[in-house]
Amino acid sequence: MGKRVLTVDDSKTMRDMVRFTLSGAGFEVVEAEDGVKALSLLDGTRVDLIITDINMPNMDGVTLVKRVRAGTSHRSIPILILTTEGGDQKKAEGRAAGATGWIVKPFAPDKLLQVVNKVCPAG
Amino acid sequence: MSSDRPDTDEFAQFRQTFFEECAELLAALDEHLTDLQERAADTEELNAIFRAVHSIKAGAGAFNFTRLVAFSHTYEALLDALRDGRVHQGEVITSALVRAADVLASLVEAAQEKRELAADFGVAEEEELRALLTEAGLVGKVEGAGKETSPADAATVQADAAAAPAEASARYSIRFAPHPELFRHANEPLLLIRELMRLGTVTLTCDTARLPSLATIEPEDAYLAWNIEIETASPLAELHEVFEFVDEDCDLVIAALEPGCETGAADADAAAEPPAPSIGADDEAASPPDDRPAPQGSVPRGSVPQAPASQALASSEPAQAEAGPAASSQKSAGVTSIRVELARVDRLVNVVGELIIAQSMLVQQPPSEGSDMPPLAATQGFDEIATLTRELQECVMAIRMQPVKSVFARMPRMVRDISARLGKKVRLVTAGEQTEVDKTVIEELADPLTHMIRNAVDHGIEPPDVRKANGKPELGTIRLAASHAGGNILIEVTDDGAGISREKLLAKAVEKRIVSPEAKLSEDEIDDLIFAPGFSTAATVSDVSGRGVGMDVVRRNIINLGGRISMRSKAGKGTRFTLSIPLTLAVLDGMLVAVGREKYILPLTSIVESFKPEQAHVRALTGGGEVVFIRGEYIRLIHLSRIFGVREAVPEAWNGLVVLVESANNSKIGIVVDELIGQQQVVIKSLHDNFEPIPGISGATILGDGRVSLILDVEQLRRMPDRSAGMPQVPVPTSAPTPVLARAGDAHPSHPEPEAPMAALA
Amino acid sequence: MTATEETSMPAVQGDGGQASGKPEHLVRPPRQFISFRVDNEEFAIDIISVREIKGWTSTATLPNQPPYNRGVMNLRGTIVPIFDLRCRFGMGMTEASAFHVVIIASVMDRTIGLLVDAVSDILTVDGQDIRPVPDTEHAASASYLAGIVTTKSGMVIVLSLEKLFGREQMTMNGEIAA
Repeated sequence: MGKRVLTVDDSKTMRDMVRFTLSGAGFEVVEAEDGVKALSLLDGTRVDLIITDINMPNMDGVTLVKRVRAGTSHRSIPILILTTEGGDQKKAEGRAAGATGWIVKPFAPDKLLQVVNKVCPAG
Repeated sequence: MSSDRPDTDEFAQFRQTFFEECAELLAALDEHLTDLQERAADTEELNAIFRAVHSIKAGAGAFNFTRLVAFSHTYEALLDALRDGRVHQGEVITSALVRAADVLASLVEAAQEKRELAADFGVAEEEELRALLTEAGLVGKVEGAGKETSPADAATVQADAAAAPAEASARYSIRFAPHPELFRHANEPLLLIRELMRLGTVTLTCDTARLPSLATIEPEDAYLAWNIEIETASPLAELHEVFEFVDEDCDLVIAALEPGCETGAADADAAAEPPAPSIGADDEAASPPDDRPAPQGSVPRGSVPQAPASQALASSEPAQAEAGPAASSQKSAGVTSIRVELARVDRLVNVVGELIIAQSMLVQQPPSEGSDMPPLAATQGFDEIATLTRELQECVMAIRMQPVKSVFARMPRMVRDISARLGKKVRLVTAGEQTEVDKTVIEELADPLTHMIRNAVDHGIEPPDVRKANGKPELGTIRLAASHAGGNILIEVTDDGAGISREKLLAKAVEKRIVSPEAKLSEDEIDDLIFAPGFSTAATVSDVSGRGVGMDVVRRNIINLGGRISMRSKAGKGTRFTLSIPLTLAVLDGMLVAVGREKYILPLTSIVESFKPEQAHVRALTGGGEVVFIRGEYIRLIHLSRIFGVREAVPEAWNGLVVLVESANNSKIGIVVDELIGQQQVVIKSLHDNFEPIPGISGATILGDGRVSLILDVEQLRRMPDRSAGMPQVPVPTSAPTPVLARAGDAHPSHPEPEAPMAALA
Repeated sequence: MTATEETSMPAVQGDGGQASGKPEHLVRPPRQFISFRVDNEEFAIDIISVREIKGWTSTATLPNQPPYNRGVMNLRGTIVPIFDLRCRFGMGMTEASAFHVVIIASVMDRTIGLLVDAVSDILTVDGQDIRPVPDTEHAASASYLAGIVTTKSGMVIVLSLEKLFGREQMTMNGEIAA
């Protein structure tokens, strides 16, 4: 079975790009628009990797990471946060919350794939 | 710069999505900023503003819109400072943000249209933002970030530069000792090692020294460490990058070994195939994380086969190649997709489900025996299908319905733009933004509304000094309001500006020879003069409203939407335009009328009344044409049978019915038909998909019996010449001369037998 | 046949528009046509342009059109104009009944219907068996005649729908009629 990646971003463009890049590499991609929707989707769904934006309405990415790590069922899922350049502070916040790694926006497809493969290979 | 990152072209197919999203984000930004101008915003609102700019920047980065990225970066920095309180809200900040939003919108537009803007475009605004940050003592940070237009570029360049001289391979020893808490971030040492293997030849030993006894093992802790030797052509930085995510969670030492001169045959062999598993192997890496116990890495695992990752990369290529042409064929302009609330789609699915159930119930009905009456259940079944079909129609229509907000949201920026240019003070108040209307109508509304509001700022609202002198507040108000009224959406554009007096309107129209000086016009007719072609009320032609496009164009746009527009104005008080447009272009409330054996649909909105005229009240005019006298008014009569050449229709108006219709400028005409059949909602079908437009006909529809009926275009009918004069009311004989026949007529037989095809055809 | 001795005359292809100067000895691939009857004459059109064949149903008349335009018909929700071929060829109006046939065809980018008496056959014809229409002084008016095929049952005239009912053509006729 292919790995399933959850991309969490309020921007459809970003979600589309992640989906495009990863589904082309054999991942199954599911989407959520914000942290709240991501959590409800995680409830009862197998997900192998979460890629989340930081700035989102309703629940931001850092909170999402915290909530996932605090739960029981999904806490060992790798989580990548999407940061922008100069976002060292956000990177640190994300790490402290339990993020596995980060991807700097804007990203090229192969860069995204490389990072994803580092934490969750397509298998 | 862009040449450094050709790979972003793979994302070109998402440009359309990006610009659609930008439009939404800019509208949201505008809306929030408008609120911000009125009152201080709370954190959530500031966050929303920040997110809008942030999302635009992120997307712009992906498509290499460097100017857009650079500007939004500075913009974002100020917003970021604003939301966490390092900069305080205030009028100066707000107006800078508003201006910046306008620049941002222009930059997005330029990017979408692939247009180059002047080099200094937006520079002043960006300086202003930066100045505000400087004031708050935050400038250092911004300038640092602002200069690197695209960090990805920088990173790539750096990597390339480093890679160039390091063509020869080097050997490194790596000591990688994860801290016990490494797993808490879901990092996986084996995957990192696998990454290393992609960079070069790896020799690996696992250090199990820290592994405690099974009894004391902490399942979620990492105990293993690795000593790695790698021979690689990659620079040291790339090795470090592999461990980028874990460098705080491990002890990592990477040291260069002796210079990479001894690349022996054995090593080459090793490079050709993955190294043999050095530790007990099962293929854990491929299984999903949920299946494995959390402390996976604490138990020794094998090295990971190399194949999957390279396969993954390879398989991504065809998909990307396919995406190329699709992306290029996509049109860059215009919104072609809509977002629909899930609830509406769900409702649609539900109705369809019920329809299927109802249908299968009907199918399972036993055939009625002996009786002409259908069984009760069947009748009920048909009733239900009728109900569900209506509901289905509503559901589908609802999917196309969108709030007018998206159009309204474009207006504040324009009002700001124009009023600033004209030195006027104008406030735009909107109401009823949530009023929904068909998506196509929304798109068609943008132009007329833009034009009307531009006019209102330009010609309606007076300059501040004039307003002050007239005892009005300096700040002029334009109100844009939408509401539902029956099957129509009602939009009002009201300004509290100078207004137009009827006397002035009429005088102007006479001067422009739109009406004759002797004409006796009703008040409504005078008001309608503003929509007459060639009419402009501005004293001078300004660069804002310009010349050429007038309210006549606005009216034509509205009429094309099947709507109407009217104007009321009071000198000194202001002007109000009222638009009424059907909610959807796909369905029309119509009156089915019969003329001879033909049936036509008249749009219900245009019908005033219908009556049977008395013969004495119908008068033929010299020079053709006919009028009917009703309630003190003479109304021009149009015989559909005559202008359309329909046979077997009633010959005179008093034998049939006159349907009084009102065309766009409130002028009435009487349409003579044989009879009214009834009112019904019809689905509008295009006629010119397969045929040319026909004067007097706006489209077609399909009646309940499957026959086609033509939809009449009242506005065009009004202008069509009455061809009745001299036209015989006899069936057109098949031998009547027609262009085709005329051509056939001067043929001469080129075949011996007269009845043969060539004779008929030549 | 009267004028076929002019062997140098270019062959006219079924689509009418591409009369090429290629020598005739080149073997052309076989083509398929649908043949139909109008007023005891046999005509054929390229099968590629035929979408479907259905019986005549009454139409809504379009105002102020040439008489061969018989109005529009509902084809599963699409409004399709119907042309009376008999009338188009100047042989009088067809007294359409349920026994008459409408051939739904695609011409350029649109769908039209041809009212004919009956559909006869599907013809498979070798390219070189499509003979050019003899040149007459009135070649222009007969430009919609794409060729002639001789079959067992007689002579069949191949029509060019593009020339007959192409967009330009219809506009022109419409204007003349209006």
